Amino acid sequence: MKKLINSPETVVTEALEGVAAAHPSLSVDVENKVITRAGGPRPGKVGLVSGGGSGHEPLHGGFVGYGMLDAACPGEVFTSPVPDQMLLATQAVNGGAGVLHVVKNYTGDVLNFQMAAEMAGDEGIEVIPVVINDDVAVQDSLYTAGRRGTGATVFVEKIAGALAEEGADLAAVAAVAREVNERSRSFGVALSSCVVPAAGKPTFELGEAEVELGIGIHGEPGRTRAALGPAREMAAVALDAISADMPVGGDLLVMVNGMGGTPLIELYLMFNEVRKYLEAHGGNVARNLVGNYITSLEMQGFSVTVCQLTETLTRLWDAPVDTPALRWGR
Amino acid sequence: MDAEVFRAWIVSAAGVIETNRDHLTQLDAAIGDADHGINLARGFTAVLGALHAAATPPATPGAILTMTGNTLISKVGGASGPLYGTAFRRAGKALGDAADVDLPALSAALDAALAGVQQLGAAREGDKTMVDALAAATRAFGKAIAEGASQDDALSVLAEAASAGAEATVSMQALKGRASYLGPRSVGHEDPGAVSTALILGALRDAAQAGR
Repeated sequence: MKKLINSPETVVTEALEGVAAAHPSLSVDVENKVITRAGGPRPGKVGLVSGGGSGHEPLHGGFVGYGMLDAACPGEVFTSPVPDQMLLATQAVNGGAGVLHVVKNYTGDVLNFQMAAEMAGDEGIEVIPVVINDDVAVQDSLYTAGRRGTGATVFVEKIAGALAEEGADLAAVAAVAREVNERSRSFGVALSSCVVPAAGKPTFELGEAEVELGIGIHGEPGRTRAALGPAREMAAVALDAISADMPVGGDLLVMVNGMGGTPLIELYLMFNEVRKYLEAHGGNVARNLVGNYITSLEMQGFSVTVCQLTETLTRLWDAPVDTPALRWGR
Repeated sequence: MDAEVFRAWIVSAAGVIETNRDHLTQLDAAIGDADHGINLARGFTAVLGALHAAATPPATPGAILTMTGNTLISKVGGASGPLYGTAFRRAGKALGDAADVDLPALSAALDAALAGVQQLGAAREGDKTMVDALAAATRAFGKAIAEGASQDDALSVLAEAASAGAEATVSMQALKGRASYLGPRSVGHEDPGAVSTALILGALRDAAQAGR
C-alpha cells in the first residue's frame, strides 16, 4: 500500500506540524499532542474536550474552533490518547465553568479519559464525561464492550459546542450531548481495509466483490462479510439496521460519511439512496453532511448517521461554527 | 529477588515484547485494530528510557514497578496503557519499599496487579483478555508456593500457566474490548493481550533464574 509518509514513527508528529502550519486559528502543541483554539480559554464558558486515535481526521482536531470543540487530543494511529494529554487539554480549556469530555465508547478511550477526569478533579476542575455509543452494529449487552462511538460524535461536538458557545452551564451542555447521542444511530460498511502505517499492511483482506458490514472506525473487522451489491442495496443494509433500532420518521439530521478512501461522487450517490430510503419511511432529511468527517485512514466505505431532530437541536446545529472542517454562519 | 532482578525483568520484558512486536500486531489485526505490538513496544522502550534517565534511579523492586506502570500509562494509550500501567503500579505499591522480595511477597504483588486490572477493565476469566493469562498464572503461582516449590520451579509454573492461559483464549468468544465487536468471529484467535501478558511473565522467570 502506497502512503505519503516519511516514516511510520513520525506520521502523527509531522501531520500535527502540518495542521499547525495550515490553521492559525489553532494552537498546536506538537510535543504533547494537544490541539486547542488559539487565544486560550474563554472565561465563563464550558470547555469541550475530545480526543481519540489519529487516523480519523478531521475528527477531532479539525473540529476545534468557535462553536464546537475547545481542544482535541490526538493519540497514536487508532490508539487512544493518554491521560497526560487529556489533562493538559482540560487545563488549557478550563474557563472556570467546567469541562465536558466527549468520549467515544471504546475501552481505551473510556479508561484514559476516566483517569484524566480523576486527575482534573484532583485539581479542582469539574469534568463531566459523555460517552458516545451510536453504532448499531454491535449489540449493547453484557457480552460485548458495548456499542461503539462513531458518527454521532460529530453531531454531539457541534450541537453541544453551540450550546456551550451560548454560555450554557456544564449540566445543560452535558444533557444536550447525551440527548444527541440517544437520538442518533449509525452503521458503517467497508469496501476495503486500511493500512496502519506502523503495521505496513492491511488490517484485513476483502475479496474483489466483498464488503465488511458493521465496521467501526479503526479498521477492525466488522460483524459479517457480504457480497457487494448496488448502492441502493448497501444503503438499505445500513438503514435497515438503523431503523430496526430507532424510528426514522420526522425531521432528521443525516450524515453520509466517507471512511477516507471513497470518492465524493460516490458519497453523493449514496446520500441520494439514503434520502430516498428515509423519505419512503416517513423521514424528512432536514439537515445533512456529506463528506469525510470521521474516517479510517484510506479505508473505502461509508457510514450513515441518523439523528432525530428537535427544534432546539436544529437551532443548535444551525448555529455558527468556525473550525477547519465545518464552517458556517460566520 | 532484589532490585537488580526486577530491573532485569523489565529489560527482558522490553526485549521480548520488541521481538514479538509483529506477532502481537498480527494477532491484534485478526480481532482488533492491529496496534497492540506497536503500542506495547513503544511503551516499554519509554520505560527503559525512564529507568535509565531517572535523576534518582528507582532503588527498590516496588519503585521499579511503579515507574514502569506510570510510564506505560503515559506512553501507551489505548486500553493497554491503563491496564498494564495499573497492573505494574498495583504490584509496585504492594511491594512497598522492601529491598528484597520473597515468593509470598511477589505472589501478593501479582495478585494485586490482577485485582487492579479486573477493577479497571471489569473483565473476568473466560472473557478472552489478558485476565485469562494473568489469573491462571497467579493462581498456579500461589498454589506452587503453598506446596513448597523452589523459586525457580515456582516461577516456571507462573510462566507456563500464563502461556497456557493465553492459549486457552483461542477457543473463547471475546466479551470485552475491541474483539467483542466481532462476536463469534473472535473465536479461533489467540488474544493479543493474553499473549503479551504471558511474554511479560516469562521474562520475569528468565530474569530471576538468570540472576542465580
